[in-house]
Amino acid sequence: MNPIVPMIASSVVAATPLIYAALGETITEKAGVLNLGIEGMMLVGAVAGFAATLATGSDLLGFTAAAAAGLALSLVFGFLTLSMQTNQVATGLALTLFGVGLSAFVGHDLAGVPLSALPPIDLPVLTQIPIVGPLLFHYDIMVYLSLVLFAAVQWFVSKSHAGLTMRAVGESPGVAHAIGKSVLTTRYLAVMFGGATAGIAGAYLSLVQTPMWVEGMSAGKGWIALALVVFGTWKPARVVLGAYLFGGVTQFQLFAQGFNLPIPTEFLSMLPYAATVVVLVIICRDPKTILLNQPASLGRSFHSTA
Amino acid sequence: MIHSRIWKSLGLITAGLIAAAPLAAVAAEPLKVAFVYLGPRGDGGWTQQHDMGRLGLEKAMGDKIKTTFVENVPETADSERVLRQLAAEGNMLIFATSFGYMEPLLKVAKAYPKVKFEHVNGYKVADNVVVYEPRFEEGFYLIGVIAGQMTKTNTLGFIASFPIPSVVRNCDAMTIGALGVNPKIKTKAIWVSTWYDPGKERQAAETLIAQGADNVAQNTDSPASIQVAQEKGTYAFSIDADMAKYGPKAQLTGTTEDWSGYYIAETKKVLDGSWTGKRYTRWGLKEGMVVMAPLNSAIPPAAVKVFEEKKAAIIDGSLKPFMGPVKDNAGVEKVAAGKMMSDEDFNKINWFVAGVEGNVPQ
Repeated sequence: MNPIVPMIASSVVAATPLIYAALGETITEKAGVLNLGIEGMMLVGAVAGFAATLATGSDLLGFTAAAAAGLALSLVFGFLTLSMQTNQVATGLALTLFGVGLSAFVGHDLAGVPLSALPPIDLPVLTQIPIVGPLLFHYDIMVYLSLVLFAAVQWFVSKSHAGLTMRAVGESPGVAHAIGKSVLTTRYLAVMFGGATAGIAGAYLSLVQTPMWVEGMSAGKGWIALALVVFGTWKPARVVLGAYLFGGVTQFQLFAQGFNLPIPTEFLSMLPYAATVVVLVIICRDPKTILLNQPASLGRSFHSTA
Repeated sequence: MIHSRIWKSLGLITAGLIAAAPLAAVAAEPLKVAFVYLGPRGDGGWTQQHDMGRLGLEKAMGDKIKTTFVENVPETADSERVLRQLAAEGNMLIFATSFGYMEPLLKVAKAYPKVKFEHVNGYKVADNVVVYEPRFEEGFYLIGVIAGQMTKTNTLGFIASFPIPSVVRNCDAMTIGALGVNPKIKTKAIWVSTWYDPGKERQAAETLIAQGADNVAQNTDSPASIQVAQEKGTYAFSIDADMAKYGPKAQLTGTTEDWSGYYIAETKKVLDGSWTGKRYTRWGLKEGMVVMAPLNSAIPPAAVKVFEEKKAAIIDGSLKPFMGPVKDNAGVEKVAAGKMMSDEDFNKINWFVAGVEGNVPQ
């Protein structure tokens, strides 16, 4: 069998949780809120999803519970940073620490319990097509839904009225407030969306990619998702591209090692990060790119004086 | 008269009691034994086995000892702080259960010369520091014996964590064991640069399987590679704990550790005063520190027989995995025929044997 096809398929699976988490964070940041707690929300989502699926046998309920758990945790963040106006960076970091600890505590008895994975969808004819079939039509449903989510986010941000309001709140909350838009409500909704998708991203790990619960199983993916948002300069299409690039390069370096290419292993291990930095530098060779695309009020609390 | 006598004797008794009290307290004071864990106790692997060892120790020694543990201690400056605190809290025997604690541990050991330190998998000892290590290579040799007989593609895979001697040695031992039963095999080794990242371990296993490896062993901590093998219909091997429940068809066997025997022996030595520093202890199948996970029923009886013979030979000492001749994968002879590998080489091995595709980052 041609090894390239399973390689690409494997990169797609590796990129999917990053897509969910990073798209959610893109929305959150577009509304001007920087939530560094993705890692924590992912872990809480992972444990909640695992527990729900284990108890009910339903993957749908698992993902629903994960989204709800991520959302609940993001509400804590929202309450502190939006209603109480605490520092977003510090609160986000605290959220990650809290999520790591909470998930470990809740999941203590779930460690070491096996669960069967969500099976890939087999479309009768399409999967049979050589190369293209297994490449495009042999994933679990969450992979396809991540692309649906991408399309929805893209449309929402660039075409919808509500998306315009959200961007206004992220760029200039004072103006948005002056023309009668509720900054607080918009930001709460954006934070909740980010929480729910981070929860789903976590459940993708514990239900699909490696169907098990172990403490700290996200292993830093929340931070990578966070970097992808900047990498993609807050544009959903670039964020998704970045996730696939990162997943692909990670896979490539393992692949190259297995083929015993005469490249030092250290160099290969560095590749995913190096590639990301290089692309980031190319995208941002004009310093205005980041400045123009970064939501102007990102990370700043908004206090209505009216 | 009588009264004063009574008072006197009462006074003597009281004085005696007061004098005896501290002695009694000393005798009843349990020995404090501490454990430092790299991961959570529920990691389903390395740390879980150590914690079972600790519980075994508690069960055996009863109230003569009191154990404590600190989990999730990273191999950074944090570990020095944890070790220092445990020593300062009066723990007299401390087991540090990860390779990366080596330098911080030596530092703290110098500051607390009366506290006895035990370090797993390291290679530096001191007056109050000893090293203990399971003979993993015996387990991996036997994994190779099974893998070499079960492979149809003549390609084995090895998911390697970090280029430290104990990891390199396992890959080498597996390859030697497999070559002993099937001279056509080769091993593909992939470094993932992590002890624990289920997602990346999964990717590595998928890579190896895509490149033709149908028997994949691992030196990382999660059962991800066993799940992948179960999905793809190939074989895998567990490490540290029995992971068969994650892939009942995929897991052929694996190495697990039983630390309780060693922990009990060392604690007894501290209690009776015979504990000495500067020792290296390596226990294997014979001493029961390395235990093979149950064999899968998919293994044909003829292969099981070969496995049992090799296992018996390792236990009686007639078979040693690194007996010469051993060549590295560049063709250089490392151990001459009929010779044993020197302890120095064994402790610092940083090359793959002939038959392994891949290189060890230097």
